[in-house]
Amino acid sequence: MNIALVEYGAGNLPSVERALRLLGVQSRRASTPEALSGCDALILPGVGHFGALMRSLGERSLVAPLRDAVSRGTPLLGICLGLQAMFATSDEAPGDAGLSLFPQKVSALPATDRLPHMGWNQLRRARPSKLLEGIPEDAYFYFAHSYAALDAGDAGVAYCDHCTPFVAALEQKNVFATQFHPEKSGPVGAKILTNFLRQAGNKG
Amino acid sequence: MSLAHRIIPCLDTDGERVVKGVNFVNLRDAGDPAALAARYNIEGADELVVLDIAASRDHRPTFLETIRRVAAELAIPLTAGGGVANVDEGRAILRAGADKLTVNTAAIRNPPLLTALAAEFGSQAVVLAIDAKRVGGRWEAFVRGGSVATGIDAVEWARQGVDCGAGEILITSMDKDGTRSGFDCPLTAAISRAVSVPVIASGGADTPETFLEVFREGRADAALAASIFHDSIQGLGALKRYLGENGVSVRQAG
Repeated sequence: MNIALVEYGAGNLPSVERALRLLGVQSRRASTPEALSGCDALILPGVGHFGALMRSLGERSLVAPLRDAVSRGTPLLGICLGLQAMFATSDEAPGDAGLSLFPQKVSALPATDRLPHMGWNQLRRARPSKLLEGIPEDAYFYFAHSYAALDAGDAGVAYCDHCTPFVAALEQKNVFATQFHPEKSGPVGAKILTNFLRQAGNKG
Repeated sequence: MSLAHRIIPCLDTDGERVVKGVNFVNLRDAGDPAALAARYNIEGADELVVLDIAASRDHRPTFLETIRRVAAELAIPLTAGGGVANVDEGRAILRAGADKLTVNTAAIRNPPLLTALAAEFGSQAVVLAIDAKRVGGRWEAFVRGGSVATGIDAVEWARQGVDCGAGEILITSMDKDGTRSGFDCPLTAAISRAVSVPVIASGGADTPETFLEVFREGRADAALAASIFHDSIQGLGALKRYLGENGVSVRQAG
């Protein structure tokens, strides 16, 4: 299976690579438009700043190729900031456009509780999900963020509550994303990656 | 549904081996960091901290290799630090496989370092470590592994550190460290009330009751311990079961 991790100069690539390797999957890094084509699935990992991520994708001319790959049906998994990048805009960088795979925006979590939202939390399922298939309802996942999408329309498959309800996992056709870090979430996180890889395997 | 309280084993290293002392002195060897990391990953640790307490420049390549070896064993978050004095050193630690880095001495000497690290890596990756000791009616921050007094009020420094960009506080009670006499709940609570970011309590861990106290009275979001886990005095699974039975939200191992 040909899995490409989008490399944009930041992010948590080594930990995602390690998690995939433990599942027996060797991934490659993609930092050019050409490298984004011809793969079975794409993963957009992310930690850091929304504006820095989008500018970095822009400098590498990766924005249009990423959107093209999605419209060709290539499964895409966004992780943490990678989920946020799929939206139109973010409070974190009002001047920078996101990938706009979803029309909604990313908001700063209201400071009604401790921020960043850091640590292990549970999900509230909104509808059946391929990504969460076979995962116990009370499972904990690792989060580390201060911004989140509060709404993803029909794409929202699971929500989490910290300060306010926000989108914890979304999927729409071949687009998947988690606000939490599956690569840091122990066995249930590995199961999420396995579920995503199954989509990549089913693609053709 | 709520955020779980975290239990965090800590590996104090001399760069290469895990060491443990009492009140920051009398260090003794406590094992191989990667082997301990593998064990805690399976037993249900919520996160792991690995610190270079020698923190000398000569040892830095050794410590980075230790981070790589530890990270390779983990499917949970890793925090690493010790002697980080600038953005490049922070980047080296994150590139070696840590998700977050701790800063201590350099941040007190140069608070804008926290701002620079947060701008580069995000606040969620910047943990301000504070070593505090009761002096008179307050807690004073110490640096250089607890050997140098600063005259700075630890609670006030925590507040300032968060304003500068720290996304989490790791507060170690020097009075309690290594004593197994319970966490310093008044210190932890004072820090917790002063800041809006998560607070990790450290120093004095012993029985499951001491963890319950620091979550309830100390208002800690996470509790860190070393020797009770390294020496198998306390199992992570049993600790979390106890906390769960006593109404503390925890993630059970599995």
